[in-house]
Amino acid sequence: MYHCVRVRQRAQLQGPNSGISAVSLDKDQVQHIAMLARLRLADEEITQTVDKLSRIVDFVDQLSAAPTANVVPMAHPLNQTQRLRADRVTEANVRDAVQKNAPAVSEGLYIVPKVLD
Amino acid sequence: MELHVQTLTELKAGLDRGDFSSVELTQAMQARIAQHGESLNAFITIMDDAALAAAQLADEKRAAGDGGVLNGLPIVHKDIFCTRDVLTTCGSRMLENFISPYDASVVERLSDAGAVVLGKSNMDEFAMGSSNETSYFGPVKNPWDLDRSPGGSSGGSAAAVAARLAPAATGTDTGGSIRQPAALTNTVGIKPTYGRVSRYGMIAFASSLDQAGVITRSAADAALLLGVMAGFDERDSTSVDHPVPDYVAGLEASLKGLRVGIVRQHFDSGLDHATGEAVREALQVLQAQGATLTEVDLPNLDYCVPTYYVVAPAECSSNMSRFDGVRFGRRADNPEDLLDLYSRSRGEGFGEEVKRRIMTGTYVLSAGYYDAYYLQAQKVRQLISDDFRKAFESVDVIAGPTTPTPAFKLGDKTDDPITMYLNDIYTIGANLAGLPAISAPCGMVQGLPVGLHLVGPHWAEESLLRTVHQYQSQTDWHRACPEAFR
Repeated sequence: MYHCVRVRQRAQLQGPNSGISAVSLDKDQVQHIAMLARLRLADEEITQTVDKLSRIVDFVDQLSAAPTANVVPMAHPLNQTQRLRADRVTEANVRDAVQKNAPAVSEGLYIVPKVLD
Repeated sequence: MELHVQTLTELKAGLDRGDFSSVELTQAMQARIAQHGESLNAFITIMDDAALAAAQLADEKRAAGDGGVLNGLPIVHKDIFCTRDVLTTCGSRMLENFISPYDASVVERLSDAGAVVLGKSNMDEFAMGSSNETSYFGPVKNPWDLDRSPGGSSGGSAAAVAARLAPAATGTDTGGSIRQPAALTNTVGIKPTYGRVSRYGMIAFASSLDQAGVITRSAADAALLLGVMAGFDERDSTSVDHPVPDYVAGLEASLKGLRVGIVRQHFDSGLDHATGEAVREALQVLQAQGATLTEVDLPNLDYCVPTYYVVAPAECSSNMSRFDGVRFGRRADNPEDLLDLYSRSRGEGFGEEVKRRIMTGTYVLSAGYYDAYYLQAQKVRQLISDDFRKAFESVDVIAGPTTPTPAFKLGDKTDDPITMYLNDIYTIGANLAGLPAISAPCGMVQGLPVGLHLVGPHWAEESLLRTVHQYQSQTDWHRACPEAFR
């Protein structure tokens, strides 16, 4: 399913450098982004999102004018590398405490709708 | 003097002298919250019994000659910090029933030092907002004018401190969420250097920008709290092992020779005239105290907001993916299949602004767009960071307004996300560059507070706190209290 989504998306969304001046999004694109983000939107939400998301995308599009030739993308505010800790057990098993917040559990397992037939 | 009007530092001295007990102090604050909490909508959870028990324990410790640096002092936590066995909602329907199984490091450190937690403050949903109007629990009101926003996202913390319902509160700041509400409510708000305070147990929004800090009524109070909160934590992989100075001891040094940079671009169009005048007057006070004023340039300032609205939503869309309706949080009824469970749980659990940011992030990270938006934004972020680095070659702090205008009316900016986003134009740069920054009261415009914004180089919290403390020794804007809450 993910593969299909990717292919469809490329065909569907025009890139910012595609020659089309406005990057504004349409309803199908918004529905598609919502699907990628696993968000079910009501119809009126989609209409509203088309307008507001388009404005945001148009707004951030001004970044394309920034003088960034030969600039290395910033990876970390302090240019620090990722610190690793020793691989040892530091906490006791807290499964039951953690699962108190789970909407559906059974015998220590999280319950989801059937995935395989 | 009545207890609720005293600062944290004054209350600490009162407890030390034995003028009152922590139980008496806690009860006095609880009475204030009972009286005013609802009209401001500043709290999501009030912890009456737990607070009294903690106060009782603090009094016992004190009697035994024991107790930490904050022993018996009441504070409020923004509802973004996980608190064990207490509701932790992050202002969202998604976490409406979430009881945290553990304490955030910030909560743990403050409690270990003896702080008494009065409750959890209201906030924009998942800290995504600048007006507190995105909270699932309704907007917080500004104590200076109940029709106006207290700012956000730490609006509940700021309103509670401004209205004297608590002497101090924790907050978090991703693009201005501590400093902007502090400016709009006449309180002091500090966002430390990225990595200064542990993010462990602080619900993530944009992980390369989020940082915890405090909202208080004086720089001395902020110094007292930050000293307890700051420091290395191995449970946060971005925490930095850098020595924590004694912030309180550092407050008294003079400002003689302090080089203050004024950003040319800050006073351009877009800044409310009277707000700019109040800030200029504050700068003259610093000059009279021995600081030198020079102009500096931040040539990429206009790119701060668009850069932020690529980077922050991108990180948000990734962080928010943990809410799946399976392990914790809201779960849709009768899901047809796994996809339906995910998308309906998230569709129902998240509010409009959060969904919009998740979708913005999903879009800018998607195939074919990553280079044009996300990678480009990270490059511009480097330019912005370089601007600050260059400026700090000639100055010690950069000063300007915290916000372009005083507090705006609730509902005024909800229709256009861009108008709302531009409210953070002066504060976002510090987050993008990971720099410490503080907002302090510096004047009034038509009865509404104005904030002075100071940004320092990495790890310069001490100098920011000292600058504000010295300013507050010569001025009394920070003592101004909204009339209805005296």
